[in-house]
Amino acid sequence: MKNRSLVSIEDYSKDEILRILELSKHFEKNPNQKILDGKVIASLFFEPSTRTRLSFESAVSKLGGSIIGFSEAGSSSVSKGESLKDTILTVSKYSDLIVMRHPLEGAAKYASEVSRVPIVNAGDGANQHPTQTLLDLYSIKKTQGTLSDLNIFLVGDLKYGRTVHSLLMALSNFNPVFNFIAHPKLRIPIEYKLYLDELGIKYYEHTEFTDIISRADIIYMTRLQRERFSDPVEYEKTKNVYVLRNEMLENTKDNLRILHPLPRVNEINEDVDSNPKAYYFEQAENGVYARQAIISSILGLS
Amino acid sequence: MKEEKKLQVSAIKDGTVIDHIPAKNLFKVIKILNLVSLEDPVTFGSNLDSSKLGKKAIIKMSNKYFDDEEINKLILVAPQARLNIIKDYQVIQKKQVKVPERIMGIAKCVNPKCITNNENVVTKFKVMYNKNVDLKCLYCEKITDQDHIEIII
Repeated sequence: MKNRSLVSIEDYSKDEILRILELSKHFEKNPNQKILDGKVIASLFFEPSTRTRLSFESAVSKLGGSIIGFSEAGSSSVSKGESLKDTILTVSKYSDLIVMRHPLEGAAKYASEVSRVPIVNAGDGANQHPTQTLLDLYSIKKTQGTLSDLNIFLVGDLKYGRTVHSLLMALSNFNPVFNFIAHPKLRIPIEYKLYLDELGIKYYEHTEFTDIISRADIIYMTRLQRERFSDPVEYEKTKNVYVLRNEMLENTKDNLRILHPLPRVNEINEDVDSNPKAYYFEQAENGVYARQAIISSILGLS
Repeated sequence: MKEEKKLQVSAIKDGTVIDHIPAKNLFKVIKILNLVSLEDPVTFGSNLDSSKLGKKAIIKMSNKYFDDEEINKLILVAPQARLNIIKDYQVIQKKQVKVPERIMGIAKCVNPKCITNNENVVTKFKVMYNKNVDLKCLYCEKITDQDHIEIII
């Protein structure tokens, strides 16, 4: 992993994923270590993403590294018409590693080709967001004790949700059973079903959000994005159908945990927050440790 | 007499003949193989009758030989093309287009939000061959299927 960019979750083998999760555990025990002392991490957010950016910046700060960068394209040279290539070439002279979020798909891959320092993809359009996947996996392993043989329910926008697609691919290394719950218009795309068929992984599709969740080990909720609907009325109708409420959790398994990449809108009712099965804010915290593990392993410091 | 005249125009002593090009893609083949840069004689015929293709085109190039990598680029526009390598008026070798692993440049990614459609980036695809030739973009990972392939050179 040393000196290698992390653009797509598929850049890491099963063993490498497990190594990152081990390291995340190590950082959770000791989050404040000055191993990035003297290192400069560039944080280039060509589109705003408060949560991901703060999580990365917290991870770096706790390890004693410095951060340079911008939090939206408007406050950077991009607004003067600079190409991505020139921005990356320049910033790679100032930094040891570049974390980037970009609205265009494939931007991180391209940056990794032109950059002289490793790139960590913090989201490229609707394509990949591998650090989110690693923190999701860490959260699952931490709460279930294993990644293997779990019954995973994915709910919400399964068509456009990139976190869902990457998580599905990464978990496919660990013999899961998937249950997909989505509006017919937001069903899991055919290419992912073919992918699962090829691997012989079981999955079930549902349009109703009912007591089938009693079998779940993990429920992974996602947000419906308003911009995916051409008709605002359709959005308003759909977003109230796939809502998780506390009373729905009554007959669920004790080990069940509810994950959500956040931010949520209304798809998890606030009455769930105090249920011990709610895990999304801890999940966000895990993001700091997972990102510490990713950055330090790429820089060869762990 | 007429037959003989036709042969004189089209026969070449040394070089390459590409046959079985779909007539509508003749100029794309010319572009992809960059035949404009050749200095020796090049002749082509188009809209010739073909039992396989309906209308076909043929190109004859004197003193020009291609390596396989160049020829395999034709998978997008003339997958059934046949090459005859000519030495001293004799066909000494025949070649077919094979499916390359990757295609660089030539085609456009169908995804408008792909970096290759927004910055000056040479496109790069993994070729997924399964009856049709579909291209998987190595940047945005979206698939451009055969019906939507747009040649950009």
